[in-house]
Amino acid sequence: MNQLGDRKYLIIGVFMLVGLLFIMRLFYIQVIDDSYKLDANNQAFRYKTEYPVRGYIYDRNNKLLVYNEAAYDLIVLPKNISKTDFDTAGFCELLGMTKETFIKKMKKAIQAPNSPRKESIFEKQLSPKDYASIQERLYRYRGFTVQSRTLRKYPFKIAAHMLGYIGEADKSTTERDPYYKEGDYLGISGIEKTYEKALRGKKGLQIMMVDVHNREKGSYMNGMYDTMAIPGKPLTTTIDADLQLYAEQLMANKIGSVVALDPRTGEILAIVTSPTYDPNLLVGRTRNKNFAELSKDSIGKPLFNRSTMASYPPGSTFKLVMALIGLNEGVLTASTRYPCARGFPPLGGRPKCHPHGSPMDLVGAIGTSCNSYFSYVFKSVIEDKKYHNVYKAYANWREIATSFCLGTKTGSDLANELRGNVPSIKYYDKVFGKGSWKASTVISLGIGQNELGITPLQNANLVAIIANKGWYYTPHIVKAINNNPNDTTLARFKVKHFTDIKDTSIYNKVILGMAKAVEAGTAASLQIEGIPYCAKTGTAQNSGKDHSVFVCFAPKDEPQIAIGILIENGGWGSSYAGPIARLMMEKYLKGKITRPDLEKRMLDADLIRKLNLVPTTNR
Amino acid sequence: MRQNKNDSIFYNIDWITVLIYVVLVLMGWANIYAAVYNEEHYIITDISQKYGKQMIWIGTAFLIALIVLIIDESFYTAFAYVIYGVFMVLIIAVPFLGREVKGSRSWFRFGDFGLQPAEFMKFATNLAIAKFLSNQNIKIADYKNTIITLLMLFVPMVIIMKLQNETGLAIVFVAFIFTLYREGLSVNYLLLGFLAAILFILALLVNNIVLFAIIGILCSVSLLFIKRSRTNLFLIAVIGIVACGMVKGTSTIYEHLEPHQKIRIDVLLGRGTVDLKKEGYNVNQAKIAIGSGGFAGKGFLHGTQTKYDFVPEQDTDFIFCTVGEEWGFLGSSLVIILQLTLIIRIIFMAERQRSPFSRIYGYGVASVLFFHLTINVGMTIGLAPVIGIPLPFFSYGGSSLWSFTLLLFIFIKLDSHRLQILR
Repeated sequence: MNQLGDRKYLIIGVFMLVGLLFIMRLFYIQVIDDSYKLDANNQAFRYKTEYPVRGYIYDRNNKLLVYNEAAYDLIVLPKNISKTDFDTAGFCELLGMTKETFIKKMKKAIQAPNSPRKESIFEKQLSPKDYASIQERLYRYRGFTVQSRTLRKYPFKIAAHMLGYIGEADKSTTERDPYYKEGDYLGISGIEKTYEKALRGKKGLQIMMVDVHNREKGSYMNGMYDTMAIPGKPLTTTIDADLQLYAEQLMANKIGSVVALDPRTGEILAIVTSPTYDPNLLVGRTRNKNFAELSKDSIGKPLFNRSTMASYPPGSTFKLVMALIGLNEGVLTASTRYPCARGFPPLGGRPKCHPHGSPMDLVGAIGTSCNSYFSYVFKSVIEDKKYHNVYKAYANWREIATSFCLGTKTGSDLANELRGNVPSIKYYDKVFGKGSWKASTVISLGIGQNELGITPLQNANLVAIIANKGWYYTPHIVKAINNNPNDTTLARFKVKHFTDIKDTSIYNKVILGMAKAVEAGTAASLQIEGIPYCAKTGTAQNSGKDHSVFVCFAPKDEPQIAIGILIENGGWGSSYAGPIARLMMEKYLKGKITRPDLEKRMLDADLIRKLNLVPTTNR
Repeated sequence: MRQNKNDSIFYNIDWITVLIYVVLVLMGWANIYAAVYNEEHYIITDISQKYGKQMIWIGTAFLIALIVLIIDESFYTAFAYVIYGVFMVLIIAVPFLGREVKGSRSWFRFGDFGLQPAEFMKFATNLAIAKFLSNQNIKIADYKNTIITLLMLFVPMVIIMKLQNETGLAIVFVAFIFTLYREGLSVNYLLLGFLAAILFILALLVNNIVLFAIIGILCSVSLLFIKRSRTNLFLIAVIGIVACGMVKGTSTIYEHLEPHQKIRIDVLLGRGTVDLKKEGYNVNQAKIAIGSGGFAGKGFLHGTQTKYDFVPEQDTDFIFCTVGEEWGFLGSSLVIILQLTLIIRIIFMAERQRSPFSRIYGYGVASVLFFHLTINVGMTIGLAPVIGIPLPFFSYGGSSLWSFTLLLFIFIKLDSHRLQILR
């Protein structure tokens, strides 16, 4: 019996061993292995996203430029669709689609990256009208739900490039910024992109508990972990909607860009890229189709934002900078005279010039835009004895030019800005060989040609600098976020930047020349009654017909508007660019137009058609 | 009438056991409440809900415990065979008189409430075996007695399994193997049984040909260590052939099983691919619920997996999932420790009995409780096959609570008289 009594130890041992084994196993699945927690959340929680309303965008006078319109995404969860009693025919009729389309869309919803257990968009952006008719009967079709979204709407149909457009987040976006889920809307270009964070607001998240039949059972922990959607902040832009609209009308059927700034603040009053498009086209269900259509136009390239993305030779505008640098370096005075022989004499008449009186002083040279004169100025700056070395002088020249925001981004809030180009010594060393180039090799830099490149925005900013006599605020589009002009993201637009030329008397001499151009020079035909202003016409040499260039600011004293305009293949500066700038100034300063004839001529001018006809007439 | 404290029905009762019992029952009630909780019926005593009903079951169970303590202890020895016989008749009668519930023909229904006589077969069988083995003329080592004992177990087992279609309730009778072992069942039998079990499992997991080779090698090697007499050679050859036959037999039987039975075996052994939406669903959901509880649990009534029906049978067979989810590792190991403490306490109590009847009965109680604990908790954490048996004192249900109460309190009663005559 005693022997049998010992058997209890084995029995107790086995019992305790099993208990120990269970506790160890529990420790493993409850404490060590996290996968069960994840599984539990995945099946018992439904995460409902609440999309915030995107911020509205206003012009400088509080006119609404962009607002939202409701749209509805039809969402499908394929596993919830009944296999036996789903009325496919009725559903197709409700949505107005064929059975084939329905099957195709269902397949897409089931196959990777979607899955029967994952919600995906079945039909995008139904209009409120369509939604109203569908909503009433949707309850019959289990598995389908509706998610409300907002779409952008543009009452003025202006400033498409500046505003930019909205697109859906793709995989690379979601990987870069986990805030976005695939299919979320975000700003792709323009200020929609720059101010995305302010405009988008913050998504809200609601954690709902669901039971095994996917029925909602209330919010998790009484909503302790839920967050409310925070609406996007409205933006107040510096754009003057009337001026912008007027400029776009004037620029219609011309290729080019015009930028108007308030030089006192750096605020962009109007920024036009032409040809442009109705921003409403890139919204909603026809977006992709319209986008493709717009992409097809290879001549006008309406999607190409010329204002900040096109680099043109600055041409005659750059002569103003040349004059400033010459005066600043002391190699030029207002009374310096240089000859012109239909070109620059020391190099056998190259670069060429048009016929005019000779020799001329500075004011005359600015007025006639003499190529020879500014070639002399460039030569004297680069060969300035005080630097002992051509390259040191060139480096100095380049540094001063750069301080005018040339060859460098202005730092504006417009997305995707081009740098433009002021060629470096390194670059020329590579092209011509180290030490084997001199002023005469690159002489046409002096008249704004060669590799010099400038964007229309930089062009306008350059005029503003001259108007201000040596300083500028970074050009910008947004002046208040959520009605707060002191938002920290806008602080950088309140910093005054100075150029390397600070002596205002130097600017006065150049301004005098620009005023002369209007009073009695190339822009004499474009005077505005009662408003004396300063301007410089120009033509930028081009492989085809020259570009028509015009820069101006008005009024002459205490300027309120500075404009830089370039019209591709427009010929003389005074033919198209000048008149349009003149009309814009008058419109902005006076509110009415005193030259209806000029206005009509500009509105009617169709340079694109002309351009298209060129090959035909040549044949 | 002699009136002293010795006559109190609570005299000499093992209060530790009673205390653990009460704690487990109340914990079970709280967890049933959490498992089927819904906001419309939040009152724990609402008898339209399972937790309200469980309250009634608990109340009546306490009453039964009291009655058991009041009845003279000699009643159980005297009527052991009668009780066994009565319940045997009942479990045979149920399939013909009772109503079928979910394929099981084991229920007597009274309106909203039901009783399962098979549950009570456990204590009845335990009494009968205790009675039989405590006979001084009986030695279990005698193979005739072994067979009689095993028959006393197998008959109700087969009836419950075949007639009533209740595999879970039937398989519990295997638990008595511990009692039999303690009372002198030859170790050789156990060892053989153990080896056979291993062979069964291996037969399903390892390629048969490989197993045959292994058996052959083992037999050959064993020849090196024993005397190479004619008998020994013969014996080893027989063992080898029987082993191979079992392997082959297991595979053959497996091939001829019903698909759902095959799947249960597959799920447990991790054979092939288990579809977590179908055959693997229960175990997977149970593991998710328990695993998601973490160290300290989600808190009372804050479980989502059990409350929202992801786990099947969350108030009965899978009640341990609620414990695991809402009370975490701390709560679930506490339950295991409490249950084991109770079981081991019972073994200590059994060992202190002078009367073999009490001792054998005590071992029976411990064995049954242990078997339930092992299978029930084991299946929720993926260590045992999914067999529908309740967690003692925890799972919802009157029959199981009553039967465990009877089982336990008869022993408590017997124990309280351990100092009296030898029976």
